[in-house]
Formats: sequence, structure tokens, C-alpha cells
Amino acid sequence: MKREVPLFITAVIGLFMILSFFVPHEWVSVPADFLQASAVILVGFGYVLGGANALRVNFDAIYKKKSGWPYKIVLVVSLLATVVIGLIEGKGFLNPTMRSKWIYDWVYSPMSSTMFALLAFFIASAAFRAFRIRTVEAGLLAVAALIVMLGRVPLGDLLSDWLFQAKWLPGVPHTLHLSTIQEWIMSVPQNTAKRAILIGAALGVMATGLRVILGIERSYLSGED
Amino acid sequence: MPRRPRCDAPGTGWAIALASAFLLAASAAAQTTHRDSIAATTMPTPRPASGLVALDVANDAGRGIQLDWKASPDDVPKSLVVTQYYVARAESPGGPWVVVDSVAAGTISKMDQGVARGAEYFYRIDAQGPGGLTLAGSVTGPVRATSQWVNQTRGSVLVGTILFFGFVLYYIASAQAGKKPFVRRIPGIDAIEEAIGRATEMGRSVLYVPGIQDISDIQTVASLVILESVAKLTARYETPITVPVTYPIPFTIAEEMVKAGYLHAGRPEAYDPDSVRFVSPEQFAYVAAVTGIMLRDRPAAHIFMGSFFAESLLLAETGFATGAIQVAGTANVHQLPFFVVACDYTLIGEELYAASAYLSGEPKLVGGLKGADLMKIIIIASVIVGCILETLNLHGFTKWMMTQ
Amino acid sequence: MSWTTGLETLDRRWLFLVMGLLVAGPLIFPAGLPLKVSPPVQAFNDAIEALPNGSTVLMSCDYDPSARPEMVPMNRTAFRQLLRKDCKVVVTVLWNAGPGLVEATLNDVAREFPNKRYGVDWVNLGYKAGDDAVMVLMGQGIKNAFPRDYRGNETNTLPLMMGVRDYSSFPLLVNISAGFPGTKEWVQQVNSRFHLPMVAGVTAVSAPEYYPYLQSGQLRGLLGGMAGAAEYEKARGEKGTATKGMDAQSLAHIFVAFCIVLGNIIQRVKKREPA
Repeated sequence: MKREVPLFITAVIGLFMILSFFVPHEWVSVPADFLQASAVILVGFGYVLGGANALRVNFDAIYKKKSGWPYKIVLVVSLLATVVIGLIEGKGFLNPTMRSKWIYDWVYSPMSSTMFALLAFFIASAAFRAFRIRTVEAGLLAVAALIVMLGRVPLGDLLSDWLFQAKWLPGVPHTLHLSTIQEWIMSVPQNTAKRAILIGAALGVMATGLRVILGIERSYLSGED
Repeated sequence: MPRRPRCDAPGTGWAIALASAFLLAASAAAQTTHRDSIAATTMPTPRPASGLVALDVANDAGRGIQLDWKASPDDVPKSLVVTQYYVARAESPGGPWVVVDSVAAGTISKMDQGVARGAEYFYRIDAQGPGGLTLAGSVTGPVRATSQWVNQTRGSVLVGTILFFGFVLYYIASAQAGKKPFVRRIPGIDAIEEAIGRATEMGRSVLYVPGIQDISDIQTVASLVILESVAKLTARYETPITVPVTYPIPFTIAEEMVKAGYLHAGRPEAYDPDSVRFVSPEQFAYVAAVTGIMLRDRPAAHIFMGSFFAESLLLAETGFATGAIQVAGTANVHQLPFFVVACDYTLIGEELYAASAYLSGEPKLVGGLKGADLMKIIIIASVIVGCILETLNLHGFTKWMMTQ
Repeated sequence: MSWTTGLETLDRRWLFLVMGLLVAGPLIFPAGLPLKVSPPVQAFNDAIEALPNGSTVLMSCDYDPSARPEMVPMNRTAFRQLLRKDCKVVVTVLWNAGPGLVEATLNDVAREFPNKRYGVDWVNLGYKAGDDAVMVLMGQGIKNAFPRDYRGNETNTLPLMMGVRDYSSFPLLVNISAGFPGTKEWVQQVNSRFHLPMVAGVTAVSAPEYYPYLQSGQLRGLLGGMAGAAEYEKARGEKGTATKGMDAQSLAHIFVAFCIVLGNIIQRVKKREPA
């Protein structure tokens, strides 16, 4: 029963939600709307579960003095302090003078932005190290990448203006900007490939979803067969 | 020479100035009011809107009535004779009338979604302007909002869904009966065993990252299914595995999958409960934790399977710097370039979903792959046929494919 | 050691240093490079401009501080354009770390319009957990999905929300999104089901993914990354943070292009070198 009941619930609700897409009648749409609203509530409870889990795992690590346990003290103290301050400050917790706002503006925001900004550096090192042209296709990819990168920024248009207006390139239209070429690459070849991958991925989602709904894919429930 | 009058009292000049200013202002206000009154009285009352048609909205659960009308003849741009229309509703032709909505001038349709299912309603459209309110010349109704059993605009999706389900179920049954279809080699999946073998030789662990999304994302489900196969391999080779997870539900499932992997490998006693770690749902906090694991523990193999966003390059580049062999798979196409550049093998799009079938080799799962492939051929044929028909100016097929 | 080997084994921190200097330099000494407005950005601007003045518009700001440089300029400029047209704006946030930043951004812009009042001309409904399930829930009633706004007021009592029922109350959705949940989910759950026209501002890395939606007309306009935000500012005749950042982005792009070319030159030269 441990596996059969969840499988049955998954199958019934999954098929019902698929049916609700085709049957607008209130006997189907009203329960489907209720299920959608319930999903929102479940996600909300997930945060409570997540916080409790974080505390349990880290308290255990601190108690057993596992490697890195001082950092886990920092984590637990930060988590509890943020939650307690937020609860004390109530519904206006992100108003300008609040401590929670201070934490958000001076701790969370800068750290989050800094991590995202690291991407700029990592892209440079990845481009230098790994972008090697070993085949014709890779060569085409590199040319397209260079055109799109330069065409997306104002400097690219300045470069193409200078290049195409030079007297030593007669006959090339000086209205041909890198930004125009890059827009074409984005709208036509890139778009085509993107659509194809999207359709394939969507079919993959449907196939996996069908396997889950029909109970063919059941290992996510528990590992025992 | 005549003498000009002179005020002797100090401040009198200010008083005169103030009084003059007051008189001027009062006069200006009076003139404005007079002008407004003139405008109000000279602006005609708008002629009524006409031709109101009220119909039950099709393909819904009885939640709406669609109203379309012809604008008042005075409703022309910049004329301002009509400023808005009031939509009035009653349950009998004689009223009482309730204004349920108002729309700006120029609007000639509105859906009333505040109706009770099955109740009869009458409607009229009243035109409002500076010159006054004009009630509609006639009333339209009765009209009733009803539920329909079938959304007729989604026929193409229904046909596609039935076809898809049919193909998948047929090939599953066929595979179970012994006709297992051929599945081409997917190098990225074969590389997983190679990566785990390399980690074993180097005496280091395997890091498995199941994406950063919750269980509601199908990629996370697919990733966790692959995790069981990976855990089975690490159990067989006696290689430690670390699985950092973002959300609580995938965390509990990941624990079960790793445990199951060790059980299926015949080594349940070797399972380490600390191998699966709940980290944080916050994207960059999770990245900081995982890159920390990479730099401290130095796993020899990194497997990134699931839904990734901006953190993909951070993970892959940091992993490369540690010298690990890296295999990635995601259906988030905007992150694929980063994985392709920084990892040794990448599963693209639906290869991630196919991986669980490929790894397990189970007929039911492999049969499902063939069904999906056949559906892809149907879609390609539809695209070609659709393009040809559109080129020949025949739009029926496109109209049928468009859904509401 | 030949120069190729030296460069091949170059400590990547040198690259980081050069990148850092190239980005920081123009921010301190701006060059003011000229910008051109691309068609998807012009379409974004035109779609908002075509709205009747005084319309009620839904704006979903789905981002958090990590995407601030790309998203906040788009958000500011779009909100400013809507307020200039006397549109009423209903704002939602579907990222849990976003509301503080979004509220600060909206307040900054609203200060430029002293005659605009919260609750009458704009409302921030704040964050609701649930991702795309919230989008579907909003289709059953905006006030049902958000019984209170970000400031704790009951949405039923706000003058702006009196005339708002569900998606049919809006002629346009302006979505500023940094990932999931975001533009794709709005297209799938709202644009295709409820036929609400939409325009989107997204991060540069995800912009290519939305070109199919732009071409099919599901999106009426698209801003891609900080470049898109800068072009949008130019289309509106403004010079905001995105425009100021474009000089730095230009040099960063040139540097990455140079890294690709240099890496391949090294590879070619090494191939020809005697073993």
C-alpha cells in the first residue's frame, strides 16, 4: 500500500488535470481550479519544511563537530536572526528603517549580485581556454558568436561603420551594420534551432510526465521495487 | 498739470495690490466657470450605441457573456462627445439595472465575467459624455452563460495528445512483449560510468548535482531517476558520492534514490546518510556551497543533471579548475552553451529525459522513447504540410492548429 | 618556454584582472558610445505607447538582486512610461527575494510623479509562493490570489483594485523576468490560455530563447539584457544606468572576442610548432 496509494493518487489527479485542459465544464474546471490553488498552499508549506530541514541537518553537524562546523554555526545564527527579526518587525519588515531591510540591502543584495557578477570573469576564462575551432561547425559557431557579441554592443556598430565605409572595401553597402547581421542571426538560424530543441524538450517533458502519471516511472517514490 | 491721487497710509499700496489680484483671480475663475458651463451646455448629449449582441462565451465553464456593439455615431477620435460607455445588466427587461462595468470611448466589446451560471440576463450599453448620459435605445437579451463539455478550439491538441499517448503505450506494450526498440548510443550517458571509474582509480569521490529546481520541474524528476543508477555504480565501485540538493522534497527523494542504488548494488551497509545534503533554495547560496565542496573535497567526477540557470557556468568553470571530469545534462537551452564549453560531455534537451530509460534498459521506459520519436516525425510532417498550405494561401490547417 | 606555452598556461586570474579593469574603467570614465534601437526593443516601446491613456496594466517583476543591473533599468523605464501615460499599474512579484528591490524601484520612479498616489495609480501586490500555479490562480481572480498587497492593505479596499477582476481587466502584461518563474511561464500559462497580450524584458542569456515567441506574436516586444534596457532608454529619450553600463559592456564583449581569437591563434601556432 505504501507505493500503491501514492501511485493511484498521482494517476487520478494527473489524468484529471489533463482532462481539465479539454473539458471546460464546471464539474471539471471547479475541482481543477481548487487543485491549482492547493498547489500554491503546498509550496508555501515547503518553505517551512525547508527551514526545519536546514536547522536539523546543521544542528546535527555542529553537535557531531563535522568538518566545517564553525561555518554551520554562522549559518544557523544568520538563519535564526533573520527569521526572528522578520517576525518581530511584522508586515512592514521591508520598510526603509527596519533591520530586515538593512539585512536585505547590505547583506543579501550585495552577496547575490556579487555571485552573479562572477559570471563575467568566468566567461572570459572559458572563452580563452575552451572555445577551440577544431571542425567546420565549430568555426561557423565561432564566427556567429563573434558577430553576435560585437553586434549587441555600440562598439560593434562603430567598428562596422569604420570597416565598411573604408575606401579599400568598394561595393560593400555602408548601411550593413554588425547589429543588423546579429539581429538576422538571432531571428533566423538561432530561432530555428531553438524551436527544434524546445519542441524536442517539450516532448521529453510529456513522455516523462506520462510515465510518472501512469506509474511506469515509479522509482521517485522510494527505491524499493 | 493735474495732481495724481496719492495714498498716504503705509501698506495701503499692498492692500490695493492684493485686492486687485483678488478681483482679477475671481474674474478669471468666473470666466472659466462660464466657459465650462458654456462647454457643458453646448456639448450635445451623445447619440446612443446600437447593435448590441450578447452571446454566451463558448468553450468555458459558464463564466462569461461576450458583448459587442456598434459605437455611438458621435464616438469619433478627438470629438469628446462620448467619453465612456456603461455596461448595464438586469435580470428582466424592465430592470432594475446595475452598471457592471465601464469602458473608454472607442471600445466596442467587453466580456462580462461577473455572471452566475445559468441565470438569464438582459444588457444595454449607455453612452456617457460631458453633455450627459444617453441610455441605449433597446435592450438585448435574454442571454445565459452556460458550461460546455468540450473546448472545440483544442481539437488539434486533443488529437496530438491521443496520438502521443497511443504511440507511447503501444511501444511500451510492444517492448514488454519482447520487441525492444533500438536506442542509439548517447556518449554523455556512457561517459558517466567512465567518470565514476576514474574517480575510483583516483581514490576520490563523485559529486552529483541534481539541478536547482524543485520537484515540480520534470527535469528534477528525470535527474533523480538517473541518480539511482549513478548511486548503484558508485556503490559497486565503492566510491563515495556527494549529492547537494536545493529543496526539501528533492532532498528526501534523493536520499531514497541513493539508498535504493546501494540496495540494488547489494551494498546497503555502505550507504552514508550524510552523502545527500540539503543546502539552500537560494540559487547563489547553493552555488557558493557546491563550489566550496568542489574546491575542498576535490571530487574527481562532477555530474550535473537537471534544471540549471545562471549558476551553470560558475559550477562548470570551477569544476574544470579542479581537474575533474564533468558530464552535464539539461533541457534549459540557454545554459547548454556553457556546459558544452566547460564540460567533457553534455546531454542536450531530451537526452536528459531519455537517460533514465537508457541507463535502466527497462523495456517499458525504452518503448516510451520510441513513441516520443514517432511523435516528433508527426510534428515535422505537420510543419512541412502547414508551410506548404500557408504558401498556397490555404489557412484551414493553421486555424485548426491554433488553440484558445 | 615559448610564448604559446606561456599563454596557454596563463593563470586565469590575469584574465580576471584585465576583465575587471575593462569593466571598471568606463564606469568611472564614461565614453558615451552611440546606441541604436533594435526592432524588438522598438516594438516593446510601441506596444506600451499604443495603450489608451489611463488603461490598467499588469506588470510582473520576476527578479531578485542578482539580476539588478539588467532588470532594474527596464523596470524603471517601463514603469515611468506607464505613469506618463496615466496608466494604472498593478505590480506582482513571483520571486521571493524580489519584493524589496521592486518596491524600492517603484517608489523611486513614483517620486517623479507627485500627483500619482499609491492605491489609486499603482499597487504593489508583492510576492506569492507557487510559481506558475499563482499565474493560473490569478486567472480566477486577482484579488483572490492576492488578498493583501505588499504593504499589508486589503486589496478589496484599494481604489485601483475596484475595477480589477482577472486578466480580462488588463489590455497588456509587462513582464520583467530574470528566469523561472518568468516570461516562458507567463506565455504558456497566461498568454496562450487567457490571450493577454504581453511584452517582456529578460536577461541577455535567456533572450534568444524568446525569439520564437516574438516571431509568433505571443510577445509583442522584447528587451534583451542590459543592451536591450539601454536601447529602451534611448527610445524613451532617457539616460539611465543601462546606458551608462553599455561602455563597460562593449569593452567586456571585445575582450571576450579577443580571448576566443587569441586562444585559437595559440592552438594553430602550437600545431605548427615542431614537437
